[in-house]
Amino acid sequence: MLEAVIVKKLRDYTLDLELSVKAGEVTVLMGVNGSGKSTTLNIIAGLLIPDTASITLNNECLFKSTDNIDIPAEDRRIGYVLQNSAVFPHMSVRDNIAFGLRARHLPRQVIAERVAYWTEHMHIADLIGVKAGNLSGGQKQRVALARALAIEPALLMLDEPFTGLDADSTKVVKDLVREFVKKLQIPCITVTHRVVDSADIGDFACVLCQGKKEWEGHSGEIPELCSVCHCT
Amino acid sequence: MIPDRFRLRNYRQKVTYLAAGILIAAVTLYLALPIVALFLRMTPGLFFATLNNPDVVSALWLSLFTTCITLTIVVLVGTPFAYFHSRYSYPGKMIVDTLIDLPLVLPPAVAGVALLVLWGRVGILGMYLNMYGITIAFTTLAVIMAQIFVASPFYLRQAKSLFEQLDPAYEQTARTLGASSLRILTRVTVPMTAGGLISGAVMTFGRALGEFGATIMFAGNLPGVTQTMPLAVYVGMEGTNINVGLTISILLVIISFGIMIAVRLIQRQEAKHA
Repeated sequence: MLEAVIVKKLRDYTLDLELSVKAGEVTVLMGVNGSGKSTTLNIIAGLLIPDTASITLNNECLFKSTDNIDIPAEDRRIGYVLQNSAVFPHMSVRDNIAFGLRARHLPRQVIAERVAYWTEHMHIADLIGVKAGNLSGGQKQRVALARALAIEPALLMLDEPFTGLDADSTKVVKDLVREFVKKLQIPCITVTHRVVDSADIGDFACVLCQGKKEWEGHSGEIPELCSVCHCT
Repeated sequence: MIPDRFRLRNYRQKVTYLAAGILIAAVTLYLALPIVALFLRMTPGLFFATLNNPDVVSALWLSLFTTCITLTIVVLVGTPFAYFHSRYSYPGKMIVDTLIDLPLVLPPAVAGVALLVLWGRVGILGMYLNMYGITIAFTTLAVIMAQIFVASPFYLRQAKSLFEQLDPAYEQTARTLGASSLRILTRVTVPMTAGGLISGAVMTFGRALGEFGATIMFAGNLPGVTQTMPLAVYVGMEGTNINVGLTISILLVIISFGIMIAVRLIQRQEAKHA
């Protein structure tokens, strides 16, 4: 379970957010551009330092400003798929998925087994030797997802995972995310713009506006976005 | 009915084509003719015979040796320097930026004088080294130092701008996957910018190979010790042996041409993978 209380002064407003995500559940962060969604993910991942915060994951403290605790991003065991998937274009699909495992110095046998497992389950086994730069958007997104899940993360975070994907690829990625979040029993935060994505993938939704929570509840019950978010 | 060839639009188009043709031919000839003249001045037989001249051989090997050392130092020190410089903010960063660019506009002879004033036997630092019997000026080390001073900006600027342009999402992803800074630099950042880095390195090699002004000021012109190819050209053309000057000039043209073709091929390869 993830529990986060985050405060960070940004240029135009202060991000002030309390977030709780249970294992096996997907919480969707919504809001207009610049509402603080990606900043929230970056703070949880350890890529940005908040002004004050308390972030715990499965009862392990990742960040606590009052106690000067700040676990570095590389040790947080968070599977984070950034915008545009960020697969390493010069590496093969195999090397992309193995990247995090090699960084953690796992035995070769374990790496080979995990790569085989994830390529099979993400339906990219036939692409294993292909350079990631030559893949389509949907394939890249699946490689990025496999790479993030291969490190056996305690939390999965996806930033705009459906941007630029066609309808079929979007559905495949959504199904895979839901399947593995349930199977691995890990909390998941997904950032998206679209209400329809939120309803498809999320258990809960949280709408941000200028760094503050405007609405939260079951993602299927999300009201018309503009009536919730008063930014527009 | 006016015939097509007399219509105003056709006329304008033809005049434009003619003007463009003349301009392209003029610029091309201006750049190409001196090179062609150099090749016409020597017969192939004389060229290959002069290649065995001890002055040519010594200048060639000294130039290749010093340039390779220069390139190795610039790449090994310059790559992590450019990485940290592009990733972190620190006081005086703008001054460092300016210093990186300075050797590009500074006359090389001035660079040589500056190095001499610092590292020469009576220089600000050189005088202390001299007390311990260490001499830098007028040695092969001085040749390398002059080349590094003059040629390193070609690599540093390129590396800095490549690292700045690289989408931070790649390095951030690598961090969340558990990679150390060294692994990120060697497995993600450098490979993703390799084409541009190689272009910068090739340009640095070319500039170092052609270095003259700073070398003659700081390292002097001692055959076999500090007399690199451009210096040997100068000595040869001064009258001692004009064929040596011409042969080394032709060699330098061939190497420079090879360097430019290498850069073009790398850039084309880069464009293909982009």
